[in-house]
Order: sequence, then C-alpha cells, then structure tokens
Amino acid sequence: MIVAEKKPIEEIIDYVKDFQKLLIAGCNECVTVCEAGGKKEVGILASALRMYFMNEGKKVEIDEVTLERQCDHEYLEEIRDRIDQYDAVLSLACGVGVQFMAEKYFSTPVFPGVNTCFMGAAEERGVWSERCQGCGQCILGKTAGICPISRCAKRLLNGPCGGSTKGKCEINKDLDCAWQLIIDRLKELDRFDEYEQIMPIKDWSTERAGGPRKVVREDVRL
Amino acid sequence: MSTRTPSKLEKILAAGHLAVTSECGPPRGSDPEAITRKAEMIKDYVDAINITDNQTSVTRLCSLASCIHLKKMGVEPTLQMVTRDRNRIALQSDILGAASFDIYNILCLSGDHQIFGDSPQGQNVFDIDSIQLIQTVRLMRDEGKFLGGDEIKRPPQMFVGAAANPFADPFEIRVPRLAKKIAAGVEFIQTQCIYNLEKFELWVKQARDRGLHEKVYILAGVTPFKSAGMAKYMKNRVPGMDVPDEVVKRMSGVPKEKQAQEGIDICVETIQRLKEVEGVKGFHIMAIEWEEKVPEIVERGGLYPRPKGIDN
Ligand code: SF4
Ligand code: SF4
Repeated sequence: MIVAEKKPIEEIIDYVKDFQKLLIAGCNECVTVCEAGGKKEVGILASALRMYFMNEGKKVEIDEVTLERQCDHEYLEEIRDRIDQYDAVLSLACGVGVQFMAEKYFSTPVFPGVNTCFMGAAEERGVWSERCQGCGQCILGKTAGICPISRCAKRLLNGPCGGSTKGKCEINKDLDCAWQLIIDRLKELDRFDEYEQIMPIKDWSTERAGGPRKVVREDVRL
Repeated sequence: MSTRTPSKLEKILAAGHLAVTSECGPPRGSDPEAITRKAEMIKDYVDAINITDNQTSVTRLCSLASCIHLKKMGVEPTLQMVTRDRNRIALQSDILGAASFDIYNILCLSGDHQIFGDSPQGQNVFDIDSIQLIQTVRLMRDEGKFLGGDEIKRPPQMFVGAAANPFADPFEIRVPRLAKKIAAGVEFIQTQCIYNLEKFELWVKQARDRGLHEKVYILAGVTPFKSAGMAKYMKNRVPGMDVPDEVVKRMSGVPKEKQAQEGIDICVETIQRLKEVEGVKGFHIMAIEWEEKVPEIVERGGLYPRPKGIDN
C-alpha cells in the first residue's frame, strides 16, 4: 500500500485559516489502512480544526466526507454536485488522490493533509516500512525476493557495501542491511552460488529517471 | 605477469616487487599546496598516491584536480572515484578527463552514504555500483567503447582497482565478493585497514584456496593509530572496522606521550608479518592527516628503497 503520515496541524491551519467553508475528504484505501487519512482521521482533524477556529473566534463551517478512493474518477464524481459550496478542500488521500481531486475540481483550492511517504507494508501494528520504489522493471526474481532498490540505502545491485555490520545498514543500526537479507534468503533457498552472478547495469529509464510514466493497456481500454 | 597499461604501479607489481601506495585527502578549500605539501613528504617512499573522492561524504577539492596536481609534480596518482555523486555520464566523462592527463590508476568505489558528511540533506546518485564501475572502466579501456556503445577516440589506459573489506559482515561472502570484483575486471585491491591479522590471514587463505591471489594484486591496508582514543573510536564508531580488544589494550597500556610511537610500531609489525603472507603483493598505507610518518613506516617495514627506473 501507499504509506502516509499526518501532517502537523500547524501546517494544515496555515493552509486553510482564511477560508469560511471547508470540506475534509478522506480516502478508504491505503491511507485508511495506515491510519493517516481514513474516516477516523477525517473526524479527528475536523474536531481539531473546529476547536481551533472557535478559539480564534472565527466562524468556519467544516464538512466531512470519506470517498471509496480518490484516485478514481467514479468515486470523486460523488462530490461533484456539492463541491461548489466549499472554499477549499483538505484531502487526506495520498499525493495521487490530492492531485486527482485538484485536476477534477479545477477551480477549487485543494490542500494536502498528509505527507505521502512510500510504498510499503505494515511490519507490525503502528510500524510501516518501505518495500518498493516502482522501478518499472522488477528484479525481485534475482534477489531472493528482497528489493535492493528500495531497501539498500545505496540501491546497490551488487551489494553489500563495506559498511554492513552485524546485519544492519551503515546508515542506521535499526535498519536491516538489504544485502544481508538477500544473502540469508539465497542460502535458505539453496541458491547461494547465485550471489556471484554480476547484476548488470540497470536501465533506469523505466524508473523516475525516465520522466513521468504511464501505462496504457489497449486490451482493457473502453 | 604482463602489463596492460602504462601504470607504474602495475609495472612494479608485475615485476614481482611488493608495492607501496598511500593516500592523501584533499583540502576543504582550494589551496593546491595542501596536496602538494603532503605528496612532497611521501613521494620517494611510495609508488603511487591515492586521492580520496569526498571521503565520508564531506565536500572537498575534487579528486581529479588533485590527481592533476600530483601528476604535475611527477608523482603517480590513483584517482579514487565513488558512484555516489555522479551518474554514468559524469563518471565516464571524468574518466576521460583523467585519461587526458595520463592518469593511469583508478580505484572504483561506491562511497559512504551522504548521511555521514556535510550534506545529509542532499540526493545521492548510485546510477551504478562499484562492481559496475569496474566493468565500465574495463569496457572503456579494453574495447574503447562508452556504455552507450559508441566508440571512444583515444580510450583511457587505466590500471583498475577496487577496495575490499575483509572485516565487513557477513564474513562468508567476503571471498565470493572478491571473486565477483575479479570477474568484473578488477586488477588490484586495496583493503580496509587491518588490525585483526588472524581474520585477514583467513580471508587471504580462502582467496588462495580459490586461486584468486593469482588473478588480482592484493595490497594490504594499514593505518597507524595516533592515540588510544583513535583506536577506540575506530573500534566503536567506524562501520566495517575490526579492531580487536588486545590492540586497544596495547594502545591504552602506554602513557599518552608514547601512544603515537606505539601506533607506528603496531603498524610496522603488521607490515612485517603480512609481508610473509602468500597472496599479499604490497601495502596501502593510510596515515590519515599524519603523512609525515609514512617514510618511517616504509623504512622500518623494510620496504625502502622503492624500485628505481620503472616509469610510465
Ligand atoms: S525491483 Fe523495482 S519493482 Fe521490484 S520491488 Fe524493487 S523497486 Fe519495486
Ligand atoms: S549496509 Fe547494506 S543496506 Fe546499507 S548501504 Fe550497505 S549494502 Fe546497502
């Protein structure tokens, strides 16, 4: 999933303090699972803002809505008939949802309520960590199912570096060294000899380096 | 062994001499004398001098310009190059720049993460890694081609080196990793500073068992401790460094004013012992901001005088 974190309330207030009527829009997908922008967080943020405006003696109306997804036309359309009532939207979706909202409702200011962090998984309750950087050419089949692009601090395709210590990364002893994980799993799979195969220089053109990406599937287009 | 480049370092190794290299860190400013002064102190005691490339991710005068200063004073430089800061265009371009000044040695590294240096908020590049950089230089040199496939006019002629850390984890891949660098085309290796001699000897033995010592020249890395404090710092703070307790104890066991001499003694004893190890073809002396001690270490290590009459 896409993992996000709530923005500090001060930053959010700074965005919205001059509006009279606000819509806070959550999303039912990733940001709900990582507890940053679902229905619950929409409610908490709405109460905090109401409290703030009350203390400031300002009359600001705040409505709440949580859409099934903000990265999909179909669900964003659900608020079309009332979007014009609002001076601004505060979207708690990931950066994709915020932008899709802004594209669709071109004349309504839209602000982000979360910081979108990475594609990752829930390691345990309250702990999420990165697993993929969408390089567009997955090499997990050659790295024992562990991604050195997202999990090695230097993206080494032929690691580990000389700084790997007791299974941890040189940049932080709380971070597993991706290459230690790869080696451990290669051994487990009885494929340790594959370690000596040199991973060729990567074609990064399918990654961010190649410019904004697009997937077009003729077979599923309408 | 025959030689493939005009490198003096390669010729000395091929002739069967124990080679001696050292390194200088460029200044955090633009004064060329900061490099030439250090080089002047050691030039008659070593065969080549490495110039570090923004080591520990602290911004400094660039390695290439520093190498040119050495070249101008008749000293053979080894250009260290990390893949942290440059993409494949910049790497290849700098290799050509170095070749245009007839710099004949290169050390291919990935580099420390930028978090350790003066720009922890900066981006890193890592378009390729150290093993792929070895492949890149070999391709440019041997096939006269760019990574993109086009032909290079007057290709670089560089003796290709890399680092190896016999002490990093996991130990079991240390020799496979050396084999991987050799398969990529590395010709000489400079190791991490050696304090744990048993572990180092085990590593060289495992390399010998696979015949790797005949495919690459291994230069053993040594760094003298200036003080017991430095020994403790290296032990506890520097990732991938293995300083056994007895070495720290030996340093702490002598009075402060004698610790520097004790550090030199340990370094000299290390060289004397490792000279006898089959597969060790020379030494890389990294006297960090203590270059004036290199002559003493080389002399007492029995590595002086350096071979004469071998030139590019
Ligand atoms: S190799 Fe690429 S696509 Fe596969 S997990 Fe890593 S970043 Fe994602
Ligand atoms: S310690 Fe491991 S994860 Fe960290 S940069 Fe080095 S190889 Fe990558």
